[in-house]
Amino acid sequence: MTNATAAIDARGLGKRYGHRWALADCTLTIPAGHVAGLVGPNGAGKTTLISLATGMLAPTTGTVEVLGGQPTGGSDQLARVGYVAQDTPTYAGLSVADHLRLGAHLNPRWDAALARRRIEQLGLDPRQKAAELSGGQRAQLALTLALAKRPELLILDEPIASLDPSARREFLQVLMHATAEQGLSVVMSSHLVADLERVSDYLIVLIASRVRIDGEVDGLLATHHLLTGPRREAASLPASQQVITQSHTGRQSTFLVRSSEPVIDPAWTVEEVSLEDLVVAYMGQASAGSPDIRMLEVRR
Amino acid sequence: MIEFHLNSRSGVAPYLQLIRQVRQALRLGLLRAGDQLPTVKDVAGSVAVNPNTVLKAYRELEYEGLVAAKPGVGTFVTKTLSDASVAAHQRLSLELSAWIGRAQQAGLDIESIEALFQRAVQSAAREEAV
Repeated sequence: MTNATAAIDARGLGKRYGHRWALADCTLTIPAGHVAGLVGPNGAGKTTLISLATGMLAPTTGTVEVLGGQPTGGSDQLARVGYVAQDTPTYAGLSVADHLRLGAHLNPRWDAALARRRIEQLGLDPRQKAAELSGGQRAQLALTLALAKRPELLILDEPIASLDPSARREFLQVLMHATAEQGLSVVMSSHLVADLERVSDYLIVLIASRVRIDGEVDGLLATHHLLTGPRREAASLPASQQVITQSHTGRQSTFLVRSSEPVIDPAWTVEEVSLEDLVVAYMGQASAGSPDIRMLEVRR
Repeated sequence: MIEFHLNSRSGVAPYLQLIRQVRQALRLGLLRAGDQLPTVKDVAGSVAVNPNTVLKAYRELEYEGLVAAKPGVGTFVTKTLSDASVAAHQRLSLELSAWIGRAQQAGLDIESIEALFQRAVQSAAREEAV
């Protein structure tokens, strides 16, 4: 919304630990002005990608640019990017007010009025120590600190995975309000597809350290169709329909296909797919039955 | 002012749910010409949905001629859905009930009727799309 430059632009990006690639050959462009959901099972490389984008890790191969700059590009770059680490850490021994003072000292663009207003809206007592806050309140405090530094891009690593449903909803409400108000770009990882369904308009599916699919959610949903009808072989489908998953019974076939053209064959019952269907299909395609896949929680 | 809600399990895209809620409120007279819709920021914050989704819904409603955006002020209802369309609804609903009655008399169960209806709606939608 504020910047025509890509939020994150990765070219052949990879990170290796010994013999294991935590992220391999990652080439992707996340445009600015979106709330991008980074989804994948635990261990797929989400945190590695985020750590590379925030300059906390150096890549083994390739490059990554964030808002057109180097992730380790000094204080100017740091001021433009807000980052909330996994499980929204805070300093247990410090009070809410201490956190705000710390934020004011460490961030050149710190918006003290915004921070105070948010703390008030959340109903937090400034004197309270972070250790005494609930999980949801701690997450909100971490989010407040990230928003008050007035970043152009906010990167959040599994911010709500450990929260209960109502704290999760409240967190997303504040995040979406701020996104609209501050014109933020957001990149948020989650292994819970349902959490991303409403808030993301851009999706990156990361499986086994590789990007499986990425793009605008509307476009992805419009080009994927679930077909049910009399049994037929995948080879008999038109070339324009790329089969993602298929299952067959004696008489019936079900295909999830990717096709930019509408499916007009009257033999098929055509259904739209949800974001969750789509992600699960790509996970299933990547490696049916691997232990990675079962770690993706699909919450209904 | 209208208050939006989203059903995650309906299978209907969030922006479409927002559009339908505005149309429904217009039909029921809960929204009238001149009324303001909540701001994108407020909708995003209250139902935890992507602001672009709200924008998309508002743009679609604008395209349909139901609302108009006044830059810097907000989005306002420009049209009250006419009584004529409500009257048409009632008549069509009666005709549909009569048709379902005939289908039952012909020996179809509810599921078969639903399948018939869905197939007809889908093929109509497909013809519209082509």
